[in-house]
Amino acid sequence: MPEITGFAFPNDIHVTWSLMIVMYPYITGFVAGSFIVTSLYHLFDRQEFKPVARLAMATSFAFLLVASLPLQLHLGQPQRGPFVIVTPNFTSAMAGFGILYSFYMLVLVLELWFVWRQEIIERARRSRGTKRAFYAALALGTYDTSPEAIEIDHKAIKILAGICLPAACMLHGYVGFIFGAIKANPWWSTPLMPVIFLLSAAVSGIALLILLYQVHAKLERRPVVASCVQALASWLWFFLILTITLEELELIVMAYEKSESWLIISELLTTRLSFSYVTMQMIVGGLIPLILLAVVVLMNRYLHEKVRNTLATVAAFLTLIQVFSMRWNIVIGGQLLSKSLRGLRSPYEPEIFGREGVLVAIALFVAPFVILWVFDRVLGIEEPEGGPAANPPAAPPGAAPAGSHVP
Amino acid sequence: MSDCHDGCDGGRREFLAGTLKLAGGAVVTVIGGSALASSSSSPTSAPRPGGGAYDWNEHLWAYLIDTTKCIGCGSCARACKAENDVPDGFYRTWIERYVVGSEDSHVDSPNGGMDGFPPVQVGFVANKSFFVPKICNHCRATPCTQVCPVGASYRTKDGAVLVDAESCIGCGYCVQACPYGSRFIHPATHTASKCTWCYHRITKGLKPACVTVCPTQARQFGDLKKEGDPVRAVVEHDRVQILQGHLLTEPQCYYTHLDKEVR
Ligand code: SF4
Ligand code: SF4
Repeated sequence: MPEITGFAFPNDIHVTWSLMIVMYPYITGFVAGSFIVTSLYHLFDRQEFKPVARLAMATSFAFLLVASLPLQLHLGQPQRGPFVIVTPNFTSAMAGFGILYSFYMLVLVLELWFVWRQEIIERARRSRGTKRAFYAALALGTYDTSPEAIEIDHKAIKILAGICLPAACMLHGYVGFIFGAIKANPWWSTPLMPVIFLLSAAVSGIALLILLYQVHAKLERRPVVASCVQALASWLWFFLILTITLEELELIVMAYEKSESWLIISELLTTRLSFSYVTMQMIVGGLIPLILLAVVVLMNRYLHEKVRNTLATVAAFLTLIQVFSMRWNIVIGGQLLSKSLRGLRSPYEPEIFGREGVLVAIALFVAPFVILWVFDRVLGIEEPEGGPAANPPAAPPGAAPAGSHVP
Repeated sequence: MSDCHDGCDGGRREFLAGTLKLAGGAVVTVIGGSALASSSSSPTSAPRPGGGAYDWNEHLWAYLIDTTKCIGCGSCARACKAENDVPDGFYRTWIERYVVGSEDSHVDSPNGGMDGFPPVQVGFVANKSFFVPKICNHCRATPCTQVCPVGASYRTKDGAVLVDAESCIGCGYCVQACPYGSRFIHPATHTASKCTWCYHRITKGLKPACVTVCPTQARQFGDLKKEGDPVRAVVEHDRVQILQGHLLTEPQCYYTHLDKEVR
């Protein structure tokens, strides 16, 4: 039985939304965040992101494939999960998930197809037997790689990216809405919630790509393009500043207003969440990477490339922890606090084994990387050197030259 | 219809036992006895709402609690548990004890008040102390049915908020959305569960079990569509309060003499 300090409504002592509901926004955050990175190249023609653009898109796809699993695993009656799509109740914030998810999936798959079309065709041409049939099926019967066709591809990629970016933002902003629209819970109920979720999604996506890009380059024995890491670090810094500012502003407003819930929320943060909020979210995952990234961005000229990359990598790793802590503090923190606003329950410890346990959560986090590996085997994440897709999408005149930095 | 698929039948027999075990007093036993007598038909044969004997268009139920009358005996919570087979550690109704001074206040509800209240020592000068029974407010603008992604939570035409345990997916969103802590995920069915105002009883002309056993009539149940109904008279003409009015959920459980400390 959980221990209660103060008074909690007797049914309020259960943490109904478990670790899986922490994983759900964490994973969809990567979906949206990596898509933001790929859009910086495909949509906004920021050439410095070219080395990660495809990896980012594949990452978004890999995480999208597992994004609905934590929800499924959490349901008390998982076999009834499809009811959400078959008999949705449209007044529910949750009912939109199926629609948003399927829509984003559809557009993203289309976009992937256009981006990887030339490789698919190449592979179809190169291989034989069932393998050939497989790639031929993927190519959907068109083998046209004429310059005109490629030009059309580029246009399609741009248009699709233009649809995909808002869709990705909606998919994740909506996760924030699920919490932000619960007036019963003062720790959740704020219109800032979707915004904070979205910004921290960008943070987690960029941070993950800083790590993933370098690991992938090492595995592929390609050189790490320092300017790309540098540019990612700059954007990470930018989004981290925004995220942390909003996270703090929310608290400052509550504290200054002396809102009715502030008493219990301040107790929640300083007792039950003192480690996950103050230590992890604010200091280890917030302040330290903010400083590291400031060094990387502001002292860039004085630092050796290796030092810069190392600092950026450490900062990226820490921000991944920051975002996880933020998800944890919102989802779990909100349930430690009783709606009586008079009591807190003892900290929640997730089970290790079991459907909603730690092992499953780890598996959910690892699964997208396995998917990426398979993706790499089947389609190749990076374009083959000097390959058919070597020419970048038509950049408008005056686009930033490769290797330039964030404004 | 109601989420009382999970064993109302068995609960009925225990109800007698539970009722007889109560704090005693002729009132309780007599009322309990009559409840038993009239509840002998099986709940599955209950007339369907909207058809047959019971027409849900003819009723609009409301609940009324006079906090000054509650003595904290816990009969209601025990009767509810027996009637509805409420699992241990979860509550469809509970009683809160408030000890209030000018400097501080103390609130508790040991086991939901099910076993009554042991004496309590507080570290401040207490000026007043009282009990507040709580149940699902069967809100008219209910956030819990609003958020249900599959429509398993719904409000009936006669004003009860129910869960269809056959279609509930157990997502727990309604549990989060209820500001009053009235809902829980049933540990056996893994679906949402809550007070139904004993829907299986009220559609047969009985009162909810908690109202039936309350020895002081702190809990009353009435019909806002019925002329001369005592609950309706109070709601219409007296000064009544609701819980957390600022959330605009329009509770249909009304209180008289509610203290500022109560949320
Ligand atoms: S009290 Fe809670 S469970 Fe009952 S109707 Fe209101 S919001 Fe729903
Ligand atoms: S737990 Fe059941 S009743 Fe509650 S919101 Fe989910 S599906 Fe609806």
